[in-house]
Amino acid sequence: MTNLRAAHIKKRYAAERRFKMYGLLAIMFALGFLAIMLVTITFRALPAFSQTYVKVDIEFSENVIDPDGAREKVQIAKADFQKIVRDGIYALFPEVTNRKEKRKLKKLISSEAGYHIARVLLADDQPDFEFIGTKQSVWVKSSDDIDSFIKGLIRRDVDESRRRVNDQQIGWVDQLMADGRIEKRFNWDFFKFGDSRSPEDAGIRGAVVGSFFTLIITLLLSFPLGVLAAVYLEEYSKPSKMTAFIEVNINNLAAVPSIVFGLLGLALFLNFFGMPRSAPLVGGMVLSLMTLPTIIITTRAALKSVPPSIREAALGIGASKMQTVLHHVLPLAMPGALTGAIIGMARALGETAPLLMIGMVAFIVDVPTGFTDPSTVLPVQIYIWADSPERAFEAKMSAAILVLLFFLVIMNAIAVLLRRRYERRW
Amino acid sequence: MSVQKTGVPMSEKQISSQVGKFTSRGVDVYYGDKQALFGIDIDIMENKVTSLIGPSGCGKSTFLRCLNRMNDVIDICRFEGEILLDGQDIYASEIDVVELRARVGMVFQKPNPFPKSIYENIVYGPRIHGMIDGRSDADEIVETSLKRAGLWNEVKDRLNEPGTGLSGGQQQRLCIARAIAVNPEVILMDEPCSALDPIATAIIEELIDELKENFTIVIVTHSMQQAARVSQNTAFFHLGKIIEFGETDQIFTNPRNQQTQDYITGRYG
Repeated sequence: MTNLRAAHIKKRYAAERRFKMYGLLAIMFALGFLAIMLVTITFRALPAFSQTYVKVDIEFSENVIDPDGAREKVQIAKADFQKIVRDGIYALFPEVTNRKEKRKLKKLISSEAGYHIARVLLADDQPDFEFIGTKQSVWVKSSDDIDSFIKGLIRRDVDESRRRVNDQQIGWVDQLMADGRIEKRFNWDFFKFGDSRSPEDAGIRGAVVGSFFTLIITLLLSFPLGVLAAVYLEEYSKPSKMTAFIEVNINNLAAVPSIVFGLLGLALFLNFFGMPRSAPLVGGMVLSLMTLPTIIITTRAALKSVPPSIREAALGIGASKMQTVLHHVLPLAMPGALTGAIIGMARALGETAPLLMIGMVAFIVDVPTGFTDPSTVLPVQIYIWADSPERAFEAKMSAAILVLLFFLVIMNAIAVLLRRRYERRW
Repeated sequence: MSVQKTGVPMSEKQISSQVGKFTSRGVDVYYGDKQALFGIDIDIMENKVTSLIGPSGCGKSTFLRCLNRMNDVIDICRFEGEILLDGQDIYASEIDVVELRARVGMVFQKPNPFPKSIYENIVYGPRIHGMIDGRSDADEIVETSLKRAGLWNEVKDRLNEPGTGLSGGQQQRLCIARAIAVNPEVILMDEPCSALDPIATAIIEELIDELKENFTIVIVTHSMQQAARVSQNTAFFHLGKIIEFGETDQIFTNPRNQQTQDYITGRYG
């Protein structure tokens, strides 16, 4: 008898341990995949944070830059700066005379290098033109292929026919390296520039600012509307068929695929109201349609969780319904409502599909400066780069994912903090 | 509407010799289809403590909440009959319910201070009723209210601390002070001591005794001893009806109704 019971207890303990183990395994499984994802993305993103520069001795010859000698900014800005950069690199390898080889040689440096030199030199309203006629050593960006080669993404041991950098170019790069004319620097431009067709010039500034403008519109629209709707439904509406119908539909709206909201935005905001295409204003409006149900639902839950005793206390000393709600119930429900709003915002930040519908998928170089400027957003930028053929965009895409994840983590952390901070104050 | 309903034994002396602060006549209350109160006739005397006793679910709290129309917030609750406060029907359409609740304050079963400072708890009521003009006014109201609730000495140095940080008994006295602060005529108390320990209960009971000098008090209680200790009049409710209403001494020593007798001697309830 006692033996039987002892065996039974042992079995029970074993079962407990197994059960605990299953849970642990499930968690480890989930965490493992998360870790794999983060590590691969980070490693793929690393190349995007540095950029290879080549030192070129550039002769700012007057003949090319300012043939008239007028020293006018507008004229000079139109000059062919790329040509003097090209001449600079040709000068480093005087033995190259063949036209075909020269074309290979000029592909070592970014095709935008001249534009950037001009941009820096002519930054002021009244630039001094002393650089004209001088010869200076300038670090210019290498082309994306050379950049990839330096970072080891294009491997030397691959057969030449299947490599984007040929043996001759490798020879030149080796010589430049030996002369100390190649340098890898932190790629600040990635955070300063908008999108570009050249990977070495592509940055996420445009997408980040676009996302920011879009989310501001979303927050401004959906938070007040959502809170007002929730307060009405929770505090004022009497149970009826109509309110039941509204409730069911709010819950349904929360489950509608986001692309449907995009189609609605396209039909209503763009085609009917004629609002600007690709603009954060419209993007924000579409996303607020999507976030509204989330905010209404979480705010209602927060209002519900305010104990009735608080309402009674306020009503009992003669507060009106509105005073009760505004002075007592809503402040106590606010952390919950804000948490809902932030989670809704985080979802909106990661949303792509509805924005494709209203044209925010366009290739836009300029960083938007207002709510009606054409712009794109972070997840769409990721999508655009994922679609681009150039090898170097792969790293840019991963880097953009990291940036997006960074913002998402921050927003969720704020939500958690808010919840912790204001949990159960009564 | 003011037809006198009979059948409820009531002490003749009270009705004839004193004026009721509250006069309730033929009050029926329904929750949806279910009737909770049946023809309640009762006179609540000024500057006296009236206790409402009876077993759980007998309707005593429901009746109490009719006196300041707290049942209005319950959608399915329906009221019929007449309750007069100083001769004025409080359910009349011209009565502003906010105004009424300023005149008829309420203290609840569970202490429910606002999650704000002690100071803010007291000042809130007077402020929304426009009784405060300037900081010194507010300070004065806080001090007198807390003094009348017997809490001043315990909290005068920490008025800016949250009211929810006080002990249960202190919280309940804070709620009483909050009710006093708007200077009501009547204070309704719904089992104010049921969440408190015996010592805190004794303090509150003493306080009720002092408060009746200035206020008319109606208290719902489960404790017969408490009713006997603090009240001058007692109404015994059972199944939504008043079984007996009279002076507390008489109810507890010489009840006229067998059911009352059974309840106060603890045979049921």
